[in-house]
Amino acid sequence: MIFSAREQQRLPSWAEYFARQAEVCKTPALERFYAAGVPAEGRPIGDVPLVALDFETTGMDPREHAIVSIGLVPFDLRVIRPSAGRYWVVKPPQSLTEESIAFHRITHSEVEHAPPIAAILDDLLSELADRLVVVHYRHIERPFLDAAVMANHGEHCLFPLIDTMALEARWERQGRLRGLKRLFGIQPASIRLADSRARYGLPHYSSHHAKVDAMATAELFQAQMARHFTPETPVSDLWM
Amino acid sequence: MEAEIREIRDHISRHPPFDGLTDDLLDEVAGAVEITYFKAGTTISERDGPVQALSYIRSGAVEVYLHNGRLHNRLGEGDIFGQLDLLRGRQVRFPVQAIEDTLLYRIPKPVFDRLCATDDDFADFVELSGSRLKSTVEQSLRNNDMIATPVRRLISRLPVMIEESATAQEAARLMTENDVSSVLLIKPCADEDTEGAFTDAEGRPWLLTGMITDKDLRQRIVAEGASAQTPLSSIGHGWVITIQSNESVNEAMLTLLRNNIQRLPILHRRRPVGVVYLSDIVRYETNNSAYLVNNIFNRTSVKSLARLTPEVRASFVRLADQGATSRMIGGAMSSVGRSLMRRLVELAEADLGPPPIPYCFMVHGSLARNDQSITTDQDNAMVLHDAFDPKHHDDYFRELAQRVSDGLNACGYPYCKGDVMATNDAWRQPLARWKRYFSDWIASPDPQRLLHSSIFFDLDAVHGEEHFVEELQDLIAARAKASPRFLAALARNALGRTPPLGFFRTFVLEQDGRHNNSINIKRRGIAPLNDVIRVHALGVGSRAQNGFERLDEITAAGALPAGQTDKLSYALEFLSIVRMRHQAQEIKDDREPSNAIQPERVSDSERHNLKEAFQVVNNAQNFLRFRYPSPGR
Repeated sequence: MIFSAREQQRLPSWAEYFARQAEVCKTPALERFYAAGVPAEGRPIGDVPLVALDFETTGMDPREHAIVSIGLVPFDLRVIRPSAGRYWVVKPPQSLTEESIAFHRITHSEVEHAPPIAAILDDLLSELADRLVVVHYRHIERPFLDAAVMANHGEHCLFPLIDTMALEARWERQGRLRGLKRLFGIQPASIRLADSRARYGLPHYSSHHAKVDAMATAELFQAQMARHFTPETPVSDLWM
Repeated sequence: MEAEIREIRDHISRHPPFDGLTDDLLDEVAGAVEITYFKAGTTISERDGPVQALSYIRSGAVEVYLHNGRLHNRLGEGDIFGQLDLLRGRQVRFPVQAIEDTLLYRIPKPVFDRLCATDDDFADFVELSGSRLKSTVEQSLRNNDMIATPVRRLISRLPVMIEESATAQEAARLMTENDVSSVLLIKPCADEDTEGAFTDAEGRPWLLTGMITDKDLRQRIVAEGASAQTPLSSIGHGWVITIQSNESVNEAMLTLLRNNIQRLPILHRRRPVGVVYLSDIVRYETNNSAYLVNNIFNRTSVKSLARLTPEVRASFVRLADQGATSRMIGGAMSSVGRSLMRRLVELAEADLGPPPIPYCFMVHGSLARNDQSITTDQDNAMVLHDAFDPKHHDDYFRELAQRVSDGLNACGYPYCKGDVMATNDAWRQPLARWKRYFSDWIASPDPQRLLHSSIFFDLDAVHGEEHFVEELQDLIAARAKASPRFLAALARNALGRTPPLGFFRTFVLEQDGRHNNSINIKRRGIAPLNDVIRVHALGVGSRAQNGFERLDEITAAGALPAGQTDKLSYALEFLSIVRMRHQAQEIKDDREPSNAIQPERVSDSERHNLKEAFQVVNNAQNFLRFRYPSPGR
């Protein structure tokens, strides 16, 4: 009990963290990003502007791998606006492996002619400012963006986000029947983006593309909210 | 273009009305799309709510309701809704609910407005009933040569004419000089006010009195050893079937086939301007229903007639493939059906000897209406002279009826399940008895009599004393019109078979929301529409039998609100042609042609038009209830 109380004390709220970062950050873009703040914890999700974010990377480890493309689509619980979104291909510091080229269908020449991430970071941060980020699988976008900002500006870029995969796990991987299911050897349902979407009757998208995936994530989140939550759900119940 | 816009674009570009858009417009639409998800059971738009966008169903399904809460439509992937609300104003008139988890693409109003302004087909598509069905039907009419082309285009030379006082030899000489096989007979008349008179280049008034052909000269002069000096007036028939120059090639063909003649003088008003030959038309149009009719009359046995069945089918398929309208196909198939029947009667008479008393073989159903398709059973009856004495005459007529009926069955026109055939003693009666039948049915209708009326009151002569049937037609036209009680009962009877609401995915959607796997388009669309048209036609005292001709007379009589008869006519044409095209396809696929249509075989645009046509039938039935109320209520 004492330990957890101290833990809680030690960890500031997201609002506090943003306020402090807005003061200490020297990079203007970051300063603006943090100054925009985060929604209050009790704010209903239905009122909050959201942005679905997806990166394609050369691997899973932000210390070794790099971002290749970035897609984002602004939305809220009422409407998704793909055409208001953004998409960038960026040139990673190290050369792209053949394997990830095939996977992403991004060609060498596309990458060769792309700007380095430093050139688009300010744009990206201003798109994210004032919006709550939604991703599918939280261990890519936040750590990779943080690493990129750190590499370019020597400062951290952290923010609350909603993970549709974690939400999906809440009812697909947990719950009362979980132990029983495992006992009978029933495979847990896949919570990958495409499989999760199928459970909500969402269409299959053929392309592997950061912006398509961002759009797909936004649709999935709307579906999850429609089925399992209400627009009055406080954001703090959802973000991580 | 970015990948997610391409995903959107690829999907919408496969569905009407977007499938017809230019690439630029498609890009604009896809780029403007906004997306929203709805869980099954949630309301998408509420009545009187604002409408700012056209909705396109990317996945899932929705239901649209009328203001009285009744189901209006069920829509699935690729369908749109909200277009009417957008066109009329900005308020939702038809509430919409998601019945499955649904992902919607929303196309904002400004983009919708631009699409309507720049793309006529798009505008037509979204602008409600009638207009699309109308444009589809009109399009097919425009595209059809035989209907669009006036028969005068086939005239290659002026008609060769001779005074009927001239001799056979003079005619033969004139025909030889001009290298023609026929001459028109004329005689001078008092002045141009005489009925039927025309004036020649010098202003002299003439009357057209007939036509002489090579065959006449051979049969009436040479074969009989008559004098070459015989005046033409004694060989001519004294009358001749003609056609107006602005009538269509199709009409000319039908006239030739219907009358089993080879040549048809063409008149401009009353002046002969040419002669069209069956061979001209055959040459003009490769369809061979003309050959077929010729062929029928050359056959000398039922067996050899029955062998023509594949040719009848091939001719039907060819007409459907050439984009002929249902009216043309129906007319051609009816000509074939009549010719077959006439030939069967001729063969029977040749064998049984001449009939002991005059009679008329009459037909009902599609043959009487001239809208015969390929699968149809026989409906026929016999009107006998009032001198009929069963003891002396009926053996003959029973045998005649049996032979014709068996022959028809052998030729692919199966026996009537309702026993409406001349082989049935009740339907082989003298004229007076028929008149009594019809008078009784009209005077005191009951369910059985109403059923009979809806069958027998489409009637036409096929062989024999045509005036017998004309007398019956006259009786029906005069009596029914004056019997509100009968019309009301017949109207009620016409509401028994209702159309479905439309299609949903691979199902037929019924009015109450149920699903069926297929629809009998005849029973659920064409027949109910014909029932409605028959009531109106009888109401205005029309003698026409064909649905389209009846509609013309109903329009002329002003019995329906303006525009209504047009809608009925478009719906009748569309339902009929869809049925025929599906039957043609079944024949090509080596399946037995039927009236059943499976939704998966219905194209997107057909679906849309069929839904509209069903709606027309539904409205027409509702109107009938109101137009012919039961007296005393």
